[in-house]
Order: sequence, then C-alpha cells, then structure tokens
Amino acid sequence: MSTSGGVVELSEVAKSYPGVAALNGVTLAIGYGELVGIVGPSGSGKSTMLNLIGTLDRPSSGTVRVDGHDVASLSDRRLSALRARRIGFVFQSFHLAPGLSAVDNVADGLLYAGVPLRERRRRAVSTLERVGLGDRLRHVPHELSGGERQRVAIARAVVGEPALLLADEPTGNLDTASGAAVMALLRELNEGGTTIVVITHDLDIAGSLPRQVSLRDGVMV
Amino acid sequence: MSTLAPARLGPRDVLGVGAAGLRTRPLRAFLSALGIAIGIAAMIAVVGISSSSRAGLDRTLAALGTNLLTVTPGQSFTGASATLPAEAVGMIARIGPVTTVAATGTVADAKVYRNDRIPEAESGGISVLAAHLGLPGTVAAALADGTWLNEATEGYPAVVLGSSTARLLGVTAASPDVQVWLGGRWFTVVGVLSPVALAPELDSAALVGWAAAESYLDFDGHPTTVYTRAEDDAVTSVRELLAATANPENPNEVKVSRPSDALVARQATDQAFTALLLGLGGVALLVGGVGVANTMVISVLERRSEIGLRRSLGATRGQIRLQFLAESLLLSAMGGVGGVVIGIAVTVAYAGTQDWPAVVPVWASAGGVAATLLIGAIAGLYPAIRAARLSPTEALTAA
Repeated sequence: MSTSGGVVELSEVAKSYPGVAALNGVTLAIGYGELVGIVGPSGSGKSTMLNLIGTLDRPSSGTVRVDGHDVASLSDRRLSALRARRIGFVFQSFHLAPGLSAVDNVADGLLYAGVPLRERRRRAVSTLERVGLGDRLRHVPHELSGGERQRVAIARAVVGEPALLLADEPTGNLDTASGAAVMALLRELNEGGTTIVVITHDLDIAGSLPRQVSLRDGVMV
Repeated sequence: MSTLAPARLGPRDVLGVGAAGLRTRPLRAFLSALGIAIGIAAMIAVVGISSSSRAGLDRTLAALGTNLLTVTPGQSFTGASATLPAEAVGMIARIGPVTTVAATGTVADAKVYRNDRIPEAESGGISVLAAHLGLPGTVAAALADGTWLNEATEGYPAVVLGSSTARLLGVTAASPDVQVWLGGRWFTVVGVLSPVALAPELDSAALVGWAAAESYLDFDGHPTTVYTRAEDDAVTSVRELLAATANPENPNEVKVSRPSDALVARQATDQAFTALLLGLGGVALLVGGVGVANTMVISVLERRSEIGLRRSLGATRGQIRLQFLAESLLLSAMGGVGGVVIGIAVTVAYAGTQDWPAVVPVWASAGGVAATLLIGAIAGLYPAIRAARLSPTEALTAA
C-alpha cells in the first residue's frame, strides 16, 4: 500500500478560498484502526479538513494521501471510486433519502461500488442488525427518531467496510442520550477494526476519544 | 495497490436512481408528464382519425366499387345545354368490358308535392327522374323501405323516393296507401332509397319508371345521366371510349366522370387540414418538452444535497449526469406512452361514432414515443450537465 502505512497522511497541506486561508500548513498522520477526534470552534477549518480527508476537495498546496493514494494524482473518476470503496461519510443532518426504507438507504451505500442489488440488500440488513436496528428495516426515515436516523446513516457509511469512516458532527442534531448512543456505536465499530475520524466542536465528545487533533484558525494547536 | 476504477451502474440501477426523484415528487412528475402526453395524444389522435377516415372510405369504396362511370351531357359549342341521344345507353352497353348500364332521364316540368293542395311554387327542389330498372344494381343503391320498380310497376304511376326527397315530403315508409302528387296526378310510393354514396343526386330525386314517364309525364326519352360499370382493369380504357360512344356526332358535348374519384378528392382536401392539426399537436408537444426541462432544472436545484451525498457515496460526474438524464427520459417516456394510449382511445371513440374502422398506424405510435424520448434527452441534457458540474463540497453545504 503506502510507504508509511497511514490511512490518512497530510503533509504541509494548505487550502485557501478567495480571500480566506482555511487551512495553513497542516501535517497529520492517522493510522489504520485509530479513533481520532478533530476538534475546533466553527471557522477553525475542520470542515475543510473533512473535505480534504474525504477527497471531496483538493488542497491548494501540500499532499493528501488517503489509503495510500495521492489525491492530487487521481482523476475525478478515480477519486469517486476511492470514495465508493474506501471511505464512508456520516453527516450532521443524516442525508437520508426521504422515501426509501432503512434497508434501501443503507443499500445505496454500496450502489457505486458495483455490488449487485440482492447482495446490497443482504449486506444492508446485516449491517442494520449490527447497529441495533434489526427491527426497523422497513421503516422510512420520518418514522425513525433522530438517533435511529443517524444509526441508519452510520450503517450506510460502514456497509461497504471502508478503510476510513468520516463523521462530521454526528451528534450535532441529537439530544444527549441519542448522541451518547451514537458515540458508543462509533466506539464499538472502532473496536471492530474501523478507522474513524470524528469532526466536532464539542470538547466533551472530543475528550472521550483516544486521540484529539485541535484546530484553530486553520492551524493545528 | 488496488486499481481504482469506478464501477458501472447496471441498467436496473440507472432506472432505479432515475425513478427515485420521480417517486418522491409524484404530483410534479405527473403534471410534467401530462404536458408531454397532451401533445402526443393530440398528434396520435389527428393521425389516427385521419387514417381511420381513410380506412372508412376505403371500406366504403371497396363495398361500392371504384368502377362506376357516369356520362352526362355537357354544353354545346354555342353554350346551350346539350342532350344525350336516346340510343346512348344501348351503344354504351355494347362496349366489351362494360358490365352494366343504367340511365336516368330528367322529366322536365314535372314537380312532386305531398298532396294536391300544396301551392305550385313550393316544389322543394325535388327532381323527377325516369329510371331504368337496372339503376340500383349499377349505382349500388339500397332500399330503406319497400321495393324498387319492376317490370310491372315501371309502366304505372309508381314512384321510388330518394332519401332526402322522402324526408322533405314527410314519407317514412312505402305502402300502397301512400301517394304523392307528381306531375299533376297521384303516384303510389313503392319504395324509399337509402342515401346513395356514389350518386348523391338520386337522394333528392323522385324516380319513376321509364315507360310511366313517357306515358304520363311527357318525358322525351333522352337520358341525362348514364351510369355504367366496367371491369376493374378496363375502367380507364372504357372511360376514354365513353364520350364518343354516347354521342358519336358530338363527343365534346359529353361529360364523363368517376364518382369514386370525387370521394377520394374530398378526402385529399381533408389532408391539408390534418397537416395543420398535426402542426398544432407539435406545438403542444414542444410546450410539454419545455415543461419537462423546467421540472428538471428545478429538480437539480432542489436536490443539491442529494447530489452531494451521492458524490460522497462514490458517484462519478458521469453517473450523476446519467441519473438526471434517466429521470428526464423516464418522465417524458411516461408522458409519451400515456399520450399514445390517450390518442388511441380518442381515435377509437371517434371512429366508433363515425362507423369507421379504428386505425392508428404503428409508425405514428412508435414515432410519438421516439419523439418524446428525443425531447426528454434534450430537456434533460442541460440540467444533467449542471448537476454533474456541482462540486461535492458545494452540493453538501447547500443543504
């Protein structure tokens, strides 16, 4: 795979938007199997960091390597394939398809990885059982609580057994109890071997994680 | 290192993602498909009704035959109206391929009234014609009621009324008790004709026997219209001979026509109108296409976060483009198929009221669906390209 073996390797990464330097000279390595919190107040550049690590965006300078691939050297098609097979996303606002059942929402996590429909459904069911929603398979999102929706979204992110799970404020829209349950699920998945990066502004959540990376004004502190 | 090649979406998956957007907004999908459907239905119905009318005419002509020719006197060089010689019928009958001949002769100055108390001026435009016994067989006329003249009644004051004549005179059925006042004496109505498609002039006539006309009505014995049928493959050559045969001395004073041609010509003038209606249907279809394009543009704007999510799940730009193209194609295909069904239904209903066989040409249905697919592709192309161009981060933050 890669020389140093990290799932994420940022080297002197900078990202600037017109008039703003969102990230400035960040160097960071995250190894396989880690559970890392990236923490910082809003405007600190953590969303930019998520986009770069998730290969949704490219750096202005520096190199980003994900699962051994130099993002700069990959075409948009290859980046898409990297996301389809090796990266899972969890968003603050879930982003579930409103008319689809939990199973079909989770199965869509495998749609762009070339998995046949029956196999997608089969793996979606087993993943939903793994996140504790075995009794909610046929429910559509509006029939589920916020915590349950986020667990469906997590199931969609991990159904393809990605090398890296990126969670952007996964508890941001949830009450404390649901948020704690979601964090417990993430820890459990990490114990099962999934590398997880949680982006949050919540210091308590970050503090509960084995490793924290603090960002402020686009630089690590 | 694993090779990173994006997986292809199978046809079912393309259909699935294309339908996803329609399923979540069924009313909007229905309305924009309806726009397309109305355009296609209008065009299919126009083509279908015109084809059905054509098929109806063909069926009529097949039943009536296209081998009927009529010979009428034209005008002489001096402009006076000419007459046919009394021997014309016999001479035409001697042309080889001619199968039947029958004539009518106008009985000048004879008028028909319901009874003898009607003022003389109110003749109702009904002509009195002397008719040969073979007339119904030659012009394919059927009797609505009663019987045709026969060898017994043709010499007596008996009359067969054309269909509009019967209506004008208020005669609904033939019977020995029903008499009309014809040429100053009572004639018994022995029959009423159905409308005659190839000889509509008979509809407004009162037909009496040739001998009766000569003995009771001072008929001069000159035929004014000779109806003749020839063998199908000889109609053209017979037509060329007719004028010279009917009036060898003045063939230029004879007019020969083929009534089935007139029916076909009337159909041809309808074709121009059909083209106009087809154009209107095309405009409706175009408006429907603009509706689909509008729906797709709005759909892309509203679904930026879905696009971002799909990109994060690993969709390539090409797959996003394909999704929105598939959605647009599905939308217009639904409209197209619906439109074809509505168009066929309209054609069948209308053809039913006109007693035509319902005919919708396959090329019209296939062409209609093909046209909607083309429109769907054009309408969806720009929105799909815009959707694919969205950067994933931009799309995700739009939510």
